[in-house]
Amino acid sequence: MAVNMNAAPKLTPAETALVEAFAEKVADLPGDPGMMLLRDRAVETIRAGLPTRRVESWHYTDLRRLLTDVPAAHAAVTAKATAPLVAGSTVVLATAGAAGKLPKVDGARIERLATQLLAGELTERLAPKGADDAVGAINAAFVADGVSVTIEPEVVLAAPVELQNIHVGGQVHGRLSVSVGQGAKAIFVERQTGAGAALVSSVAELEVADEAEATWIIVQEQPETTTHLAQLNATIGKNAKLTVFLMNTGGRLVRQELRIVAAGENCEFTLRGVNLLTGSTHTDVTMVLDHAAFGATSTEIIRNVVLGKAQGVFQGQIRVAREAQKTDAKMACNTLLLSDEGEFSIKPELEIFADDVACGHGATVAEIDRNHLFYLMARGIPEKEARGLLVKAFLAEVIEELGDEALVEPLEARLDAWFGANG
Amino acid sequence: MLEIKNLHARIAEDGTEIIRGLNLTVKAGEVAAIMGPNGSGKSTLSYILAGREDYEVTEGDILFNGESILEMDPAERAAKGIFLAFQYPMEIPGVATMEFLKVALNSQRKQRGEEPLKVADLLARVKKAAGELQMDMGMLKRPLNVGFSGGEKKRAEILQMKLLEPKLCVLDETDSGLDIDALKIVADGVNALRSPDRAMVVITHYQRLLDYIVPDSVHVLYKGQVVKSGDKTLAHTLEAEGYAGVLGEAA
Ligand SMILES: Nc1ncnc2c1ncn2[C@@H]1O[C@H](COP(=O)(O)OP(=O)(O)OP(=O)(O)O)[C@@H](O)[C@H]1O
Ligand SMILES: [Mg+2]
Repeated sequence: MAVNMNAAPKLTPAETALVEAFAEKVADLPGDPGMMLLRDRAVETIRAGLPTRRVESWHYTDLRRLLTDVPAAHAAVTAKATAPLVAGSTVVLATAGAAGKLPKVDGARIERLATQLLAGELTERLAPKGADDAVGAINAAFVADGVSVTIEPEVVLAAPVELQNIHVGGQVHGRLSVSVGQGAKAIFVERQTGAGAALVSSVAELEVADEAEATWIIVQEQPETTTHLAQLNATIGKNAKLTVFLMNTGGRLVRQELRIVAAGENCEFTLRGVNLLTGSTHTDVTMVLDHAAFGATSTEIIRNVVLGKAQGVFQGQIRVAREAQKTDAKMACNTLLLSDEGEFSIKPELEIFADDVACGHGATVAEIDRNHLFYLMARGIPEKEARGLLVKAFLAEVIEELGDEALVEPLEARLDAWFGANG
Repeated sequence: MLEIKNLHARIAEDGTEIIRGLNLTVKAGEVAAIMGPNGSGKSTLSYILAGREDYEVTEGDILFNGESILEMDPAERAAKGIFLAFQYPMEIPGVATMEFLKVALNSQRKQRGEEPLKVADLLARVKKAAGELQMDMGMLKRPLNVGFSGGEKKRAEILQMKLLEPKLCVLDETDSGLDIDALKIVADGVNALRSPDRAMVVITHYQRLLDYIVPDSVHVLYKGQVVKSGDKTLAHTLEAEGYAGVLGEAA
């Protein structure tokens, strides 16, 4: 009797669902032979097993264990666009991963990605970034469409472009490809929401050219039945500025990766994030920031509020290359732990190869300040409201750093909406 | 209005007794000054009146308009009309002062079954009160007390007091940190609130404040007890003779 000694480990139900979905869909997926080969390879990495805690970058988010089930893949169903975060924004809707009707904007080109995928023009960019890039692999295997936005050089967009990725359940894979031309200025809102049980993978590429200025706001409000695996890959050019604001308020299992390359001299990167975690959810924000050029500045502040049995993770890795002298990088992660059963894990990591740099990180985990609570109550504010006010204040501080009232107000309104539903 | 009867209280955390059998009665319309050496328990008493959890009452009672307040939390006490102007007002980052004033006022109104204030009405009230205290409205856009100077914090406390119109005002060293002009402005603000149906407990180390806010009674707190009471002349005696002289006589 032959025993197969090399048998792969038994696939988990989630892995099985993904592999089967691929077999089912592959005939319809767009791509030239090169692209299809990439898809095959990506699926092989899924078949070989999703990352476990033994993979360093997934240590706090054992995807293999946590991704317990994957819903059946649906055919694309149309969903309605939701009201944009900022009134007057240009809304670009993708439903279940497929781009909808594309708006026209002066100074910008907005296109669907399906054609480029078919022509094999995206293959190189879609390749997973390393063996541990499970999000990239899942996305590369399945993605069939998406949206690309190109802002012409020197154009200053008057209104934000809101990229809505809305699902109605099933397996949903989306892609965004955005470039902001030299000296251009633009605000983007990546809106992630939907209804029903879903596995969502969404990968965004953002190129901020020299002297350009981009703001990228991620509002992730998935239902508690959705697994959300997302990645933002950004490159920042010389003297350019990128501000990323991340708001995670939903999802059952969330992994948001931020892979940022400060590629040009004297560029600036700012990350501000709020994670509002409740229920039995698991939310992981993992950032890898490469300081690759001289004189770049970066600051990151992540604020977390943990209720219920929620689990949160922030991994922040800053790598400063030898040639990135005069780098100034500061990272902070502050957590308000409001429940005994909740947890937040923080892993900061600095890898510095240059000698003339200023790098630092700090982390705090605290409860609501009793003195502050007493002060508010002593003015007649009942305990529950006083607590709410303090929690909001803790988060509002980082939102307000955006400076732009047009962004601050609607983001605070999203906070209020969350507290209305979960406070 | 306020009756403190044989009050004993200790620090909840380590059980140290701070208030040791304190008796004090303050009638409606009365301004009572409390003086006493550092560490005698004045701030502790004010916190206990406001309901701070760090202290545990082990014996005695505090009646406010005949009703024991010991079981009430700070917000309930505030809604009943007890106000404490803190010796060290806290900085609360992220909470805009104006928003705080709105929430505080409307929370109290709600607990008393009153309608919330309209925004315009609230704004008008705040403007008027801030004007009387010569406070800059720009300050109220900032987070609560954050970066306020010592004197600005004290004014902000009195601003809150004016807006909330409490029945019992407890002022803990409101004069410390104020320059002479500010002292006058704040004292005027306090005097304007004097009324037959409002009582005040004014904690201070200095006669100077009591020249502006003339008390009806003066009480000396020592080691957690009121050891001596008198009229406003007692404050003068204290100023002249110091605690040693006065307490020596009491002992
Ligand atoms: N939470 C606390 N923890 C530890 N010690 C405390 C606490 N609260 C009060 N005390 C102690 O109790 C005593 C009384 O303090 P309190 O602040 O009431 O004095 P005070 O009369 O207001 O003094 P001052 O005139 O300096 O303001 C002091 O010895 C103080 O150190
Ligand atoms: Mg004191």
